[in-house]
Amino acid sequence: MSLILLIEQVLNGLQFGVTLFLMAAGLTLVFGVMGLINLAHGSLFMVGAFAAAAVAGATGSFVLALGAALAAAAAAGALVEVLVIRRLYARDHLDQVLATFALILIFSEGTRWVFGSFPLYLNIPAALSGPISLPGGIEYSTYRLFLIGVGIAVAIGLGLLITRTRLGIQIRAGESDREMIAALGIDISRLYTIVFALGAALAGLAGALVGAIQSVQVGMGEPVLILAFVVIVIGGIGSIKGALVGAVLVGLTDTLGKLLLPGVFALFMPASSAATVGSALASMAIYILMAAVLIWRPTGLFGVRA
Amino acid sequence: MFKHLALAATVAAFGTAAVADGHGAVKVGMITTLSGGGAGLGIDVRDGFMLAINQSGNTNIEVIIEDDQRKPEIAVQLADKMIQSEKVDVMTGIIWSNLAMAVVPAATAQGKFYLSPNAGPSALAGRGCHPNYFNVAWQNDNLHEAAGAYANSAGYTNSFILAPNYPAGQDALTGYKRQYGGELAGEVFTKLGQTDYAAEIAQIRASGADSVFFFLPGGMGISFLKQYADSGVDLPVVGPAFSFDQGILQAVGAAALGVVNTSQWNKDIDNATNAAFVESFQAEYGRLPSLYASQGFDTANLLLSAMASADVNDADAFRAALKAADFASTRGDFAFADNHHPIQDIYVREVIQEGDVFTNRIIGTALTDHSDVYGADCKM
Repeated sequence: MSLILLIEQVLNGLQFGVTLFLMAAGLTLVFGVMGLINLAHGSLFMVGAFAAAAVAGATGSFVLALGAALAAAAAAGALVEVLVIRRLYARDHLDQVLATFALILIFSEGTRWVFGSFPLYLNIPAALSGPISLPGGIEYSTYRLFLIGVGIAVAIGLGLLITRTRLGIQIRAGESDREMIAALGIDISRLYTIVFALGAALAGLAGALVGAIQSVQVGMGEPVLILAFVVIVIGGIGSIKGALVGAVLVGLTDTLGKLLLPGVFALFMPASSAATVGSALASMAIYILMAAVLIWRPTGLFGVRA
Repeated sequence: MFKHLALAATVAAFGTAAVADGHGAVKVGMITTLSGGGAGLGIDVRDGFMLAINQSGNTNIEVIIEDDQRKPEIAVQLADKMIQSEKVDVMTGIIWSNLAMAVVPAATAQGKFYLSPNAGPSALAGRGCHPNYFNVAWQNDNLHEAAGAYANSAGYTNSFILAPNYPAGQDALTGYKRQYGGELAGEVFTKLGQTDYAAEIAQIRASGADSVFFFLPGGMGISFLKQYADSGVDLPVVGPAFSFDQGILQAVGAAALGVVNTSQWNKDIDNATNAAFVESFQAEYGRLPSLYASQGFDTANLLLSAMASADVNDADAFRAALKAADFASTRGDFAFADNHHPIQDIYVREVIQEGDVFTNRIIGTALTDHSDVYGADCKM
């Protein structure tokens, strides 16, 4: 196995990781600040992808499509927060799970009703398509490099937002003690709507970016949602830094696991069974990682809640 | 919604006409995937099936359609409901092999006929065959065997092969390797439903292969093709039609042009039934039919032909009528082997662009009068 293959897989793992980060950041903010488990986060991912596909199909511009994805997902998030989520803050986590699960079904059927059941067409813009030559003789997809760049930019932006702005102070205070900041006069309802819409916009952005290289179809958000939950459990609930570290860890584990585990088994098994066993184990690798982290640090790597 | 319309229409027709030709009325239970990632396939099968039913004008048949959401546990529940509460005579519709394995053995053991419009797992073609089970489409390996035969004739000697890790995926790679005579640069099982293939494409690039064979139905295929086209890896790609059907091609677009795929059906097969089918499907539904739609259409016509010559309550006579397969198929002549799977030609197609639409064109025949290897294990 060559060094070039290894480096390419590390880049792939990084790209997968930052995509997960975009999903996990919104999820962890919502859980950290509002104490709310939001299963409909995957649906917001899907809304972003569909909005981008629709706008790209109508105008041909990828930039407009990304903007539409951000706007549509943020709007959907704000709407959902005002109509449904607002009633759930005081309730048990199980009630939140039930209500947001219902939202998944509503979003899925609604999207199918508007767009039909067949996958939509969303393509990489010409400027970003094709491979780019990296130092060392590695050919890597330009678009995936772009995704890594966007992910890092969002991480830095979020970090600055949380640490340097007034909104960030309110978010961090809300994570520590919700009742206290309400007593101190912060408009909690507005803060919650903004945080929820911010998380939704991130999910929508992830959906649009990922939809260009995968298929835009109903139900595309749920597998990513499950992985996002794994990421925030590993990284610690409420921590953006934890979401980033957790996401990169999960991305690298999954990609390198798929590469190395079949090879390990091929040392003492025939190639066909090594492939089957290795890939089965590789798909479990993320969850084994999560279990290991939880045994070592029960609140996650950077958990803020005890 | 469609289910209620179909039910209402058939009940209304039922109310006005008594048993028309002396043979019994038939209740059909269709369990297929109408939502989620694989919905395009189920919708095509359903649309093809109902087109044939509606065109026949036969009022003796009632079709109940349910959505299994690609989940085996839901399919099993629906099957139980249809057999025990709705008391259907014939069942059909399942797209995915894992759902078929969950539903079909129990259904046929309870005396119901099952006509498969898609899933053809090897277990049900060989040791698990049953007199009440008929497969109108193919046995899972067939299109992959044809791809292997084509790879030989195209001169490929070092193939990289990949498929998802589930019964049909395993059948795919087994089928390809059975006919293909060259070396394997790599053999990878991906996760069912996986959407990111960067890791696999990197492995293909590093493996030194001269060709790629993959089986990734539905959304998985779209993701892989888009990512493959963008990666700069320029190896020729071969696959079964499941990765290049009419629904997928519109979502993938130019990334699939020139790819060779194998299928038992294409819209340009030259016979009257096929021409009429393609035209009426396009008129009715506003899109070109896929191979899944043709399979649904043929399944309905097989059922109607059996109903015309036997009563469904006389199981032996109905079974013989089904086995005789005396109907006009979109593929031309149609015959069953002893294990109730088709004997047919498998064609090689190429993806082309016709105006705004991406579709396929037959460029050759890979296998002639081909059945499957599992029939020898079938003790019927």
